[in-house]
Amino acid sequence: MKKKKHISLSTGVIYVILSAWALTTIYPIFWIILNSFKNRNEIVSNSFAIPTGDLFTLSNYKQAFERIGILGAYRNSIVISGIVAVAVVLFAGMASFALVRYHFKLKNVMMTAVLAGMMFPVFATIIPVFAMEASWGIVNTSSLWLSLVSVILPLIAGNLSFAIVILTGYMKGLPIELEEAAFMEGCGPFRIFFQVIVPLTKPSFATVMIFSFLWSYNDLFTQSFFLRTPKQYSITALLNMITAQQGTNYGLMAATVTLIVVPVIIVYIFLQKYIIKGMTAGAVKG
Amino acid sequence: MGANIYKNKKPLWIFLFPAFLFMAVYLYYPFLMNIYNSFQSITGLAHASKGLNSPWYSNYVKLFQDKAMRTAIVNTLIMMVVTIVGQVGVAIILALLVDNIKRGAKFFRTVYFFPIVISATALGLLFNLIFLYNKGMVNQFAELFGATKLIDWKDKSYALFTMMLPVMWQYVGFYFVILITGLNNISEELYEASSIDGASKFQRVRYITLPLLHNVICTCLVLAVTGALKVFDLPWIMFRSGMPNGATWLTGTYMYHQTMITGDIDYASTIAIVIVILGVIVSKIVNTIFKEKDY
Repeated sequence: MKKKKHISLSTGVIYVILSAWALTTIYPIFWIILNSFKNRNEIVSNSFAIPTGDLFTLSNYKQAFERIGILGAYRNSIVISGIVAVAVVLFAGMASFALVRYHFKLKNVMMTAVLAGMMFPVFATIIPVFAMEASWGIVNTSSLWLSLVSVILPLIAGNLSFAIVILTGYMKGLPIELEEAAFMEGCGPFRIFFQVIVPLTKPSFATVMIFSFLWSYNDLFTQSFFLRTPKQYSITALLNMITAQQGTNYGLMAATVTLIVVPVIIVYIFLQKYIIKGMTAGAVKG
Repeated sequence: MGANIYKNKKPLWIFLFPAFLFMAVYLYYPFLMNIYNSFQSITGLAHASKGLNSPWYSNYVKLFQDKAMRTAIVNTLIMMVVTIVGQVGVAIILALLVDNIKRGAKFFRTVYFFPIVISATALGLLFNLIFLYNKGMVNQFAELFGATKLIDWKDKSYALFTMMLPVMWQYVGFYFVILITGLNNISEELYEASSIDGASKFQRVRYITLPLLHNVICTCLVLAVTGALKVFDLPWIMFRSGMPNGATWLTGTYMYHQTMITGDIDYASTIAIVIVILGVIVSKIVNTIFKEKDY
């Protein structure tokens, strides 16, 4: 009897500690949402109150939509991350298929090259990439689409190595019998890839798409290099500008953070299983 | 049979071409070019080189004389210790605790992981408001408890703490999930056998859980120290250009500042090379200390 009591006490302590950490991740978000509905003076004097009655205001949101063009930034971010995610899956999928199924002389060299690609941080490639794209005339232009392309291309390259490592790992485990059957039916390698391999690899493709999308969506470094005018800003570049130019407009900052965080949280709640798997996939395998 | 399908090697190159073209043009070539640039004199992004530096290794000499660079390296090393102790350490404790409970494990997993999904840039703005001197969440909270003096969290004496705490906090959930996955792979029978032998809870953790998690922890540590080298977004938003007075430089933010604000492109390239070399060295060190073991 005594022993049982001891266990339930320690379980209680465990729950208290775990909930304390959970509080540190939930409360700040809750706090910023509350404060996005207050004006500046209330944020710095009365930030714990629930915004009702006189405290409540929508002016921060009005500013976010009218003055800083958050919708355009959203569109740019989604275009960039969406194209990156699709291109990474397609190119990495094709390369992984070739690396797993074909036997050829340079195979090991190419696998090493893929792994080496993961060792180059973006810091060590960005300056020459900028110079190269400048010589092609796709940076420092007023064209929205060209500047989006100038961000999309390096982001695709940056995600490819990791994607190939994950996809080759998965494809190695696929049984070859299905491909043999398709071959007997007269399918060439391209039909085999798109009609046999792609459907079988779907779960891994989802993983790769999710991490390429989120990494591009959250990237500030590359995007602040290439997106220079307000019309071209992605979400992260816009946030960078707001901190530099509107650093004391606390209401606007709270509203912008809320507008950026809330949709992500909603998507996360629905897709959490896949998102968590996607973002930790490569890590567990090594 | 399988060999028959893939005997014709021609399609092979079509499959490989797009991915390797991208990597050649956007990774390998720029990486080599960056090394070349570090010996040149370049005074603006996308400007042509004015020729070799004189002497050609002058940027590398500058690295050792530059006080800000020393701060950046020291801060980055501190950041590594913070990620090891603060991210992986806290994650191990939380994972071991969650392993002991029956209800709510999934809830904690969801809640702990979600800061990683949010961009560090947005979190930077959030923490700017939280640590605001006059007066953010922390100072208002302290006031509720009777503090009379406001603390300037971005002041020199607190700056490193204020910068590193959010970085640490954001990624705890990442290592937590990796460790939980590792914990779930440990067979229940081992625990049953040990409790029949009379092992205490603490002994079970010490002699079964931690040794079996060794390789997973090793992976986490390598990711944590190399991750510390790549930290950029959050410090840049909270402490732009190493403020106050260059106290908060990290290798990443200093490289960005040299490129975008000072315009010393060749020196920035040299800093980028330092980042690569540091990354290789520290992951080697971690791997040697915590050598992967087979059980």
